[in-house]
Amino acid sequence: MESSFIIGKFILAACVFGLSLFVAMYSTYFERKIAAFLQDRLGPNRAGPFGILQPLADGVKMFMKEEITPIVSNKWLFIFGPSLAMLTALMTGAVIPWAPTYVNGDTYFPLQVADINIGVLYLFGVVSIGVYGIMIGGWASNNKYSLMGALRASSQMISYELAMGLSIIALVMMTGTLSVREIASQQIGWHWNVLYQPLACLIFIICAFAETNRAPFDLPECETELVGGYHTEYSSMKLGFYLFAEYINMFISSAVISTLFFGGYNFPLIYNYVTDPFWVSVVGFAVMMSKTLFFIFLFMWVRWTLPRFRYDQLMHLGWKVLIPLSIINIVLTGIGMWLTDKI
Amino acid sequence: MNAESNALDFLPIFLTFLVAAGFVVTTMFVTHILGPKRHTKIKDDTFECGIEVQGNARNPFSIKYFLVAILFVLFDVEVIFMYPWAVNFKQLGALGMVEMFTFMAIFVLGFIYIIKKGALDWD
Repeated sequence: MESSFIIGKFILAACVFGLSLFVAMYSTYFERKIAAFLQDRLGPNRAGPFGILQPLADGVKMFMKEEITPIVSNKWLFIFGPSLAMLTALMTGAVIPWAPTYVNGDTYFPLQVADINIGVLYLFGVVSIGVYGIMIGGWASNNKYSLMGALRASSQMISYELAMGLSIIALVMMTGTLSVREIASQQIGWHWNVLYQPLACLIFIICAFAETNRAPFDLPECETELVGGYHTEYSSMKLGFYLFAEYINMFISSAVISTLFFGGYNFPLIYNYVTDPFWVSVVGFAVMMSKTLFFIFLFMWVRWTLPRFRYDQLMHLGWKVLIPLSIINIVLTGIGMWLTDKI
Repeated sequence: MNAESNALDFLPIFLTFLVAAGFVVTTMFVTHILGPKRHTKIKDDTFECGIEVQGNARNPFSIKYFLVAILFVLFDVEVIFMYPWAVNFKQLGALGMVEMFTFMAIFVLGFIYIIKKGALDWD
């Protein structure tokens, strides 16, 4: 049993890894297609039909490019930075339940890599380490623009992490658990958390945008002021890692938003019609992925719609708007639950 | 929250780490071997928009960033205290809620203090 458990989990981990890479690869393609659509252009259309081989072409190009390490940089930290960014991006997917647990008679196989009872804390922990990837890379480059980009990035990420942590507390008060699987399975049918915690959901989504350094919070790579931001000195696949990690983070954040607030694999009525255990898992996975892809689309939509914040506006929003709002939300949730005799 | 949690639950995380680390190390290695290697002095210099490099980046930077980091540590620790309370919120009942709101009132007082002090003003 033990070895089959380990092998099963290993295969699942490899699948989630493959899925993250695949979705991230094609997010780069769809980002450009959506940008093109919103700006009335064509977008990439040369590599393969409709340009669908573009991500592969980009990947091969990244591999074949020359690797440049500035003489004045700290060589090992320079390599360690992007590696850490990529590593943390790939590890966050471990606690997300991608589909309902497969139950067939005695066979019981959760479609989630790690079902730990502190899943939410694990997510926050790994995301926090992601800051180091950017900070180390930017500092090791020994370039003023990189350093400024890295400082902006880390200071933005830690500021929004506070509001993010506070917004989740209101959710945890209602669900009474930190296990991501339990939070997902509680939201049967229409009982999605977004209906009970709309404010927490909004704060969480805004913070997710800031955590992934996506527009309108993309100040760390603000090319008009900072050349390329923290990855100015990077080339070849090391640059690829930074760009790719951003897309993986976007994918995982979308999955987390769908799981915590939008019911995860739950969809009203669907499990009344689907009862075969195999199809329950397939449909659950399809529902989960559709929600996730919708949020990835939202990320892109916002990026091509809103202009970038100014740094003081960014800090103002994070500290003086979102943190007080989350605290108010916690108080309201507590009083609301007390009045409705939930406690 | 299910009380029974054992070390075996965390094993899959280690497996994920192995997969991710294997990918990262392999890719870094492969990309280092592939691709041309033609070094010149100018190419290996830092990039500053094409003009000659002035000094390096090991300079003091704005104290504001440091202040934000310190405030983050301070408040994040307080936020972490709220997690165990939030998980057990339904069991702790109204008394637990009042106690936590007292703690949060102190938290908010500190928050108002740093805002009044102008610690978060960027001009």
